[in-house]
Amino acid sequence: MTAWIRSIVPPERLASIQAFSGRHRSTTVIVVMFIVSVVLFFWSDYPPFSLFQPHNAWIGGFVNAGVLILLAMGLNVVIGMAGLLDLGYAAFFAIGAYFYAFGASPFTGLHLPFLLLLFLGAICAALFGIVLGAPTLRLRGDYLAIVTLGFGEIVPILFLNLDRYTQGTNGITGVDRPNILGVQFPGIDQTLYFVLMAVVVTITMILLYRVQSSRLGRAWMAIREDELAAAANGINTVTTKLLAFAIGATTAGFAGVLNASKLTIVDPSQFLFTVSFTVATVIVLGGMGNIWGVAVAAFLIYMIQSVVLKQLTGFFDVVPIPILTDINFVQFQFLLFGIALVLMMLFRPEGLFPERRRARELHEGTDADGGDGANVDEDVLVEART
Amino acid sequence: MSGEAASHVLLARGVTKRFGGLVAVNNIDFQIPLGSIVSIIGPNGAGKTTFFNIIAGIYDPTSGDVEFQGRRMIARPRRAWIEPFLWFLPAFIGIAVALILVASGGAEAAIIITIFVTLVFLMISLVTGVARPPGYQRFLTRIGIFRSARPNDMVEAGLGRTFQNIRLFQNMTALENVQVGMHTKLKTTWLDAMLSLPRDRREEVESVARARELLQLVGLPGRHGELAKNLPYGDQRRLEVARALASEPALLLLDEPTAGMNPRETRDMIGLINRLRQDLGLTILLIEHDMRVVMEISDRVTVLDHGELIAEGTPDEIRRNPKVIEAYLGTAPV
Repeated sequence: MTAWIRSIVPPERLASIQAFSGRHRSTTVIVVMFIVSVVLFFWSDYPPFSLFQPHNAWIGGFVNAGVLILLAMGLNVVIGMAGLLDLGYAAFFAIGAYFYAFGASPFTGLHLPFLLLLFLGAICAALFGIVLGAPTLRLRGDYLAIVTLGFGEIVPILFLNLDRYTQGTNGITGVDRPNILGVQFPGIDQTLYFVLMAVVVTITMILLYRVQSSRLGRAWMAIREDELAAAANGINTVTTKLLAFAIGATTAGFAGVLNASKLTIVDPSQFLFTVSFTVATVIVLGGMGNIWGVAVAAFLIYMIQSVVLKQLTGFFDVVPIPILTDINFVQFQFLLFGIALVLMMLFRPEGLFPERRRARELHEGTDADGGDGANVDEDVLVEART
Repeated sequence: MSGEAASHVLLARGVTKRFGGLVAVNNIDFQIPLGSIVSIIGPNGAGKTTFFNIIAGIYDPTSGDVEFQGRRMIARPRRAWIEPFLWFLPAFIGIAVALILVASGGAEAAIIITIFVTLVFLMISLVTGVARPPGYQRFLTRIGIFRSARPNDMVEAGLGRTFQNIRLFQNMTALENVQVGMHTKLKTTWLDAMLSLPRDRREEVESVARARELLQLVGLPGRHGELAKNLPYGDQRRLEVARALASEPALLLLDEPTAGMNPRETRDMIGLINRLRQDLGLTILLIEHDMRVVMEISDRVTVLDHGELIAEGTPDEIRRNPKVIEAYLGTAPV
């Protein structure tokens, strides 16, 4: 990854840039996000982008990609930093979205301010994150995955079947578009959504970076490495894990509110297992624990999903190649994700943009004398107690 | 009792631990005088590490209690069954209010809001109950409910420990390992970290400086950036000591600190342990198999065999004690 950068930028220059970004991470995030947003916004008007879609469709796509980026960064806290395998993440996304729909739609008759609902929705999702986290604290690895999977199924099914309160399959329609401090977001032009999304993603990213390098981030890392040793060093593993669930869910809550306000419709089919699965895929592809890597992977995955596959299908409709013409590539996206995951696990298990530390963990044995077997006896003892 | 508390860091009374039918530790009375080095020895399977884990809060004892720094920390729970009722108290109140609302024909919205508020309160109480922050524990003690301390509570109260088989955070650097050890001494919460106030940044810088000092103290200068798993074996043991010291403990538990070390590393470790007592005024509890180490540095030695305490005394007394010799070598044929 860094090899091609080194070929362009002289090494001493690169080192000074890295040192600067290490010291001023927030500034770096703001600058990079600003540049990326501006470039994406204006470039989508020109070739090659303009050949595929009109400007507005690109901007709308970027906003949707932003939703996926938020989800991925949030799940990254739970899976990547704290090491808790959560497969029901879409539930928090749903809770955020429905919260906004209840707070600002003709269905309930309430029309509360957008910013208020953005934060309340996130807090509500965080509370549910704790609700899910509390009973699952003693579970690890695959057991935790199954419980969270169940939670992820329960929530959309509840929204589906409580049709008196949620209008079931029809969903809640006509949800308010955001109105921030008197600026009403228009229906067709997506520019304001784009700006809002860029700001939210930037802020989330800064905050997550700060948490990652703080005492809490270290505690998460310690729990991921060795829970008993973490407890024996004074870390309250209960609160620390709950915080991981809560902070992860908060980000999903933001994503839910933003998504609901953009689509102006909320229905249970938006929050199926495929969402959790896609986000988990993004994290594995991006490199667990690496915030920017996960964000980039989310962007790429969304673009592949919504643009590349669609264009491929369209392309082969025009160009008559016998078998490919009959294939609808969009239908095969999960097959492709699956293949991508298998290939990643085989050849680059640490992800496309690995966190330094994760890379080391996964390549254990190649550069160190493991010594993991020695821990087994005490793990057994701990389980005997609980 | 207060007199004992002043002169003893730790006081165990009648500690017993059964695993099913196996009595791992049987009715042990034990104390650690302030500022001393106390060793526990015994043949394999004598219950040393089990006893250690009870003191560290990892196991609850089957009976008996442990007083640490004058506070009763570990014992069988008392009236713990009341606790869940406390957690569900808000739920009971909420259900009652909702029922009254239903009976008096209240509006549907009011009932829904009541249920929602109840859920929030229920969750707060449940999470507090699971997380058990210090304030909550003090509250429980005041109303007469006792629950044994957990490992992190013991660390908070001033106990540091190392493990028999090294349990460093392998993929973290030496410096980060020590910083994790400082966890209880740092104040930054998640909100502080997000806001990144000058106070918290200063704390972070100070923690790095302090961690470097500790690494210096245990004899690992210049290895801050090294991953724990890449350190040589002896250095990993030292790093574990540094990590345990980072929480500024009053009592340090060392579980076989010289296991698997060569003679030179063992000598260094003995030097380090002596330095810790002299320079930092630490009280140290040691489990050790190497008799030379035990006899050289201990003030008092306790011998366990089959979970029973069979002898206690100065190293010289222990060396001559026939029961100890029997435990290690077996009975002489007549």
